[in-house]
Amino acid sequence: MTALTVPARPPDDDSSLRPVPWRRMAGVTWRQHRFALVGAATLLGALGLYLWIAGLQLHNAYAAAIACHPAGSPACMGLASTFNGTDAFLSGGVILQVVPVLIGAFIGAPVLSRELETGTFRYAWTQGFGRWRWTLAKLVPLAVLLVTATAAFGVLLSWYYQPYYATGNQAVGLNELCPYNPGVFDLRPVAFPAWTLIAFAIGALAGMLIRRVVPAIGATLVVYAGLAFATGLYLREHYLTPLLTTKLNLPGDAWIFSQWWTKSGTTVSQSTMAQVINPLFERLMPAVPPDQVHLHKLPTILSVQQYLTQHGYTYWTSYQPGSRLWPSQWVEGGWLLVLSMLLIAATVWLVRRRAI
Amino acid sequence: MNVIETSGLGKRYGNSWALHECTLAVPAGQVAALIGPNGAGKSTLLNLAVGLSRPSKGSVTVLGGRAAGSPAALDGIGYVAQDTPVYKNLSVADMIYVTRNLNRRFDQPYAEARLDELGIPQKRRAGKLSGGQQAQLALTLALARRPQLLVLDEPVAMLDPVARHDFMATVMTAMTADGVSVLLSSHVLTELERVASYLILLSRGRVQLAGKVDDLLASHRVLTGPAAEADRYAGQPVLHASRADADAQLLVQATAEGQVPPDWTARGASLEELALAYLRDPGAVALPGAGRDQNARTSEVTK
Repeated sequence: MTALTVPARPPDDDSSLRPVPWRRMAGVTWRQHRFALVGAATLLGALGLYLWIAGLQLHNAYAAAIACHPAGSPACMGLASTFNGTDAFLSGGVILQVVPVLIGAFIGAPVLSRELETGTFRYAWTQGFGRWRWTLAKLVPLAVLLVTATAAFGVLLSWYYQPYYATGNQAVGLNELCPYNPGVFDLRPVAFPAWTLIAFAIGALAGMLIRRVVPAIGATLVVYAGLAFATGLYLREHYLTPLLTTKLNLPGDAWIFSQWWTKSGTTVSQSTMAQVINPLFERLMPAVPPDQVHLHKLPTILSVQQYLTQHGYTYWTSYQPGSRLWPSQWVEGGWLLVLSMLLIAATVWLVRRRAI
Repeated sequence: MNVIETSGLGKRYGNSWALHECTLAVPAGQVAALIGPNGAGKSTLLNLAVGLSRPSKGSVTVLGGRAAGSPAALDGIGYVAQDTPVYKNLSVADMIYVTRNLNRRFDQPYAEARLDELGIPQKRRAGKLSGGQQAQLALTLALARRPQLLVLDEPVAMLDPVARHDFMATVMTAMTADGVSVLLSSHVLTELERVASYLILLSRGRVQLAGKVDDLLASHRVLTGPAAEADRYAGQPVLHASRADADAQLLVQATAEGQVPPDWTARGASLEELALAYLRDPGAVALPGAGRDQNARTSEVTK
């Protein structure tokens, strides 16, 4: 027998045919997707490094601004504007929302669409591993890897935005963000990886259905954007039943849904309240000459509200308190995880039954 | 053991049948050639055999009754698809790694030695290899899995004559030295003459001719005689007739012992003549076990 002949096969043992072990797909997946994974790691790494350096500046600026006394003095105002101006383009959070979808779409969509577009599925799906196992063994570890990496990134994001979340910032002229703000709600170690996961799962399914890389990525971006907007605008407020309070002046980390007045148990309409409140402002105005007004305490919304509550009115607020941020995060993370698992299961099912 | 067995197998795309009422049994140890014009259903049959496709009707099993596409079936089949797809961005070494890890068996020394002999560097990206080298890589990977059945879909269609020869030489080595059964589709008839020991001819989604090449050749003769008498054979199993001036050539279903009419000479048919005759006459059928005389239809083709 020459070196180039195939040695005799071992005797057939079809009855005890054991599948190729799952773990062997790890190296296969790495080799096939290393460029995309290294690309994602580079993006997260570079962005993380930037956020870390910028975050240190931001925290320093915050510490300086908050320690300054008396608030409102020119020196303190200067420190406040330094804090407010530090990487102001990041302060709303919105721009970082593209990170999960970019990572998810560019890694998830090509997994199947590239195989189908280039014809390599004819190779991959006829190997001994089996096609549905191959699909599952690729999608699940990639998903776990992305979730882990973006969860860590979410921790960094939480730290970065911490100064903005402090209630009372506004009172001293510092930027303040409600943690429920749609710009930053997703930038947490629960929602951030969950949105990355759903982008990945949408991408995988789109790739299987569309079978071409670029259209699959495009479709993923569109579907993701629709889902993210619908969640932020309509869905998120329904996660937990809002609380009701008659307290005035809720802390800044509360998410306020609606507010209304009642008197003797019946709701007073907005227009009626306007007719009550506007004259009140005039009446609470100190009776001094106009050039001395600034020396006196002027009526505020709060003082008007306090006056009204002392005179038989009740001010109702339905809201989500700041303490419910993490339960809300887990609700969002939970349904995104379930939906992602369903999409991945659907993808595997489609691969299994797809006949060319 | 039959390496592939189909029964009433059909595959429908939309309203048209790419493959219809296909009943076959190819025994092990053969190089079975699947031939037929474009669109005859060759790729469809192979896709069904390797489980990429599912039957609309009937059944297909491989390697002695394993359901096509099942893990047991995939384990024993090395398949090289049309245009020999490889991961273009992976190196040759990576392709070896990937294939080794996707299969229970993989003969790494064989794969490396074979690629060395072919002068295919392992560091090179598969996408940078020539068409012939990519085909050889795909074939080498398939053979290194030590399959019982090698399925090749139009393996040499895109290759130049030298690459074509080298590719088939690799296939034949695997066949003769290791007893790998081969099922390959092709429309390059001259290539098959040397290698095929079993022939399946598909036409318009149906099996027209199937059998061992030796049996097929032994049951067909070419008769040469006066053109004026050619019509005498109308009604007999004449597959192909060609006339040149006064002489006519008839390809008939007949054995060597059969009577040759006076003024006529008989000789054996070549595989190419046989295949061409059946390809030109999609109605003619010769299947093992079928009554040939009843099934064969008379036809006459004038050049």
